[in-house]
Amino acid sequence: MQETKGEQWFRTVNAMFLSLVSLSMLLPFIHVLAKALSHDRYVLAKEVTLWPKGFQTGAFEFVLNNKQFLISFGNSIFITVVGTAISILITMFTAYPLSRKIMPHRRAIMFLYVLTMFFSGGLIPTYLVVKGLSLTNSLWSLILPVALAPFNLILLKNFFSSVPDDMEESAKMDGASNLRILFTIYAPLSMAAIATISMFYAVGYWNSFFQALMYITDRNLIPLQVYLMQIITDQMGMDLANAESMMNTAAESVRAATIIAAVVPILLIYPFVQKYFVKGVMLGAVKG
Amino acid sequence: MKKGLGIRQYTRAYDLILMSIPGLIFLLVFKYAPMYGVIIAFKDYNLVKGVFGSAWVGLEHFYNLFAFNEFPRVIRNTLVISLMKLVFGFPAPIVLALLLNEIRHMVFKRTIQTITYIPHFISWVVVGGIFMDLLSPGSGIVNRIIVALGGQPIFFMGDGWWFRGVLVFSDVWKEAGWGAIIYLAAILGINSELYQAATVDGASKWRQIWHVTLPGIRATIIVILLLRIGNLLDVGMEQVLMMYNPSVYEMADIIDTYVYRIGLGELRFSFTTAAGLFKSVVGCVLLILANAFARRIGEEGIY
Repeated sequence: MQETKGEQWFRTVNAMFLSLVSLSMLLPFIHVLAKALSHDRYVLAKEVTLWPKGFQTGAFEFVLNNKQFLISFGNSIFITVVGTAISILITMFTAYPLSRKIMPHRRAIMFLYVLTMFFSGGLIPTYLVVKGLSLTNSLWSLILPVALAPFNLILLKNFFSSVPDDMEESAKMDGASNLRILFTIYAPLSMAAIATISMFYAVGYWNSFFQALMYITDRNLIPLQVYLMQIITDQMGMDLANAESMMNTAAESVRAATIIAAVVPILLIYPFVQKYFVKGVMLGAVKG
Repeated sequence: MKKGLGIRQYTRAYDLILMSIPGLIFLLVFKYAPMYGVIIAFKDYNLVKGVFGSAWVGLEHFYNLFAFNEFPRVIRNTLVISLMKLVFGFPAPIVLALLLNEIRHMVFKRTIQTITYIPHFISWVVVGGIFMDLLSPGSGIVNRIIVALGGQPIFFMGDGWWFRGVLVFSDVWKEAGWGAIIYLAAILGINSELYQAATVDGASKWRQIWHVTLPGIRATIIVILLLRIGNLLDVGMEQVLMMYNPSVYEMADIIDTYVYRIGLGELRFSFTTAAGLFKSVVGCVLLILANAFARRIGEEGIY
C-alpha cells in the first residue's frame, strides 16, 4: 500500500506522541525512586530529578525496619491473600450454577446480583451492618463486605457458559457430581478467566483504603495504604501550613521509599497476568 | 424454563443450589440488608434504639438537606467535576485506542500498552501522593520547572479550580490506558474486508478511521457512555478523599466525601443516609433515561 507524505508524517508524530504519553506514566515513578535513593540533603535542595544524588539505601532500610510499616504490610498481605482466595471460591461457586441451565431461577438470581451494580444501600447503612455484625476493628471487615464483585461474577459466568456442554454430559454419564465437574473440568479450562479475576480481586484488596478508614481504628490492624495515606497527608498538612517552608526533616526520602515499597508487590505479579487482560475484559463486555 | 417439573427441578440441582449459598448469604447481608437499612433516611436513627426502634420523621432529613446551601453546593461540585471528567476522560481512551491501532510495529505497540495499563493498578493513595509531591509548591518538580521558566509557583492543591483540574488530569492519566483496552478489542472485531474495500475506493487513512473504524466501535462507545452517565454522581471518592484538604472543600467536596465526613465524623447517620439515597436514586434515573434515549436513537442500550 502506498503511503502519502501526510500519512508518513502522521505515523512519526503518532509514535512520538504515544512515547511521550508512556514516558509521562513512567517518569513520576522513576522520580520517586530517585528520591528514595538520594541523600536527603539533595532532595531538600530540590536537586533530584530522575537520577539519585548522594546515593543511599538508608531510607529503604529505615522503612523495612519500621515497626508500623511491617505491621501494616503484614495486614495488607493477609487481606490480599486470604481475601483473594475467599473471593475466587465464592465467585466460582456462584458463577458456575448460574451458568447451568438446570439451575432453578438462575435469571432472577443473576438479576439480584447485577442490580447491586447500579443501586446500593449506600455508605452509612453498609457501615451500620458491618458494625452490627461486630466486624469493625477486624481484618474481616476489609474482606467480607467486598468478597464478591458482580463484574467479576458476570465475567466468570460468561466464561463458564462458553465452555461446550458435551464435556459436562460425558462426565455426568460417569456419575460425577456438579462440584467435581466444576473442579476437574470447568476450572482448569477457565484458568485465563480465573487468573484475570484473581488479579482484579488481589489488586482491589491491596489498594483499598477507604473501607479501612471507616472500619479500622486500631493501629495494629491498619493496612499499608492507610499507613501510607497518613504519612503522605501529614506532609501535605505541613505544606499547607507553610507553603514556602521546607522544614521537613529526613521524612522526604523515607516517604518516597514507602511509596515504592507499596507499589512493588503489584508490579511483581503484573507481568504474570497481563497477557490475560484483553481476553478477560472482552468477556466482561459481553452482556450477562 | 419447562413448567411442571415441581420438586424435581430442585432435587436434581441440589448441589448447584448448595454451592450458591455462600454468595447468596453475602448478597443478603452486605447488599440487601443495607438497602433495607436505607429506611433510616426517613427515621431519626438512634444508636440505642437501632434501625427498627427509631422514630419515623418522614421527609425531614430531605427537607434539611436542601434547606441550607451546603448540600446543594456539594451536588454542584459533584456535577461540575463529573462533567469535566466526562468531557476529557470519556474521549481519551477512544483517541488512545485509535492511535495505538495505527502503530504497525507490534513490539512497540505492546510496550506502550503495557506501560499505559500500569497506573490503573496503582492505588489512589500512591497516585495521589505522587501527584501531590510533583505539584507541591515548595519542592514539587512541576513548580521547579515553572519557576525556572520565570513563572510564579502555582498552589495546585490549594486553589479550587486548579484542584479540580488536577482531579481530572490525574483521573485521565490513571485510567485512559486501561479504558482503551475495550475499544482496541472492539477494533479487532471489525471486518478487515471493510478496510480493503475502503482502500480500493481510494479512502485516505483519516477517511478510513472516520467511515470504518469509528462506526465499527459505535456500539461499544455508546455502552460505555451509558455506563458513565449512570455513574455520573460517582466522581471517584477515593481519589478526592486522598487528595483534597480543607482549603478546597468548597469546590471539591463531593456527595460521597460529604456523606463520609459528616456521617461518620459527626455521627449524623440518618441525615447522610438521606444524602446517599438521593444520590442512588438520581443515579438510577439517569441510567434509565440514558438507556431509553439510546434505544430511541436505534441503539441497543445496556438492558
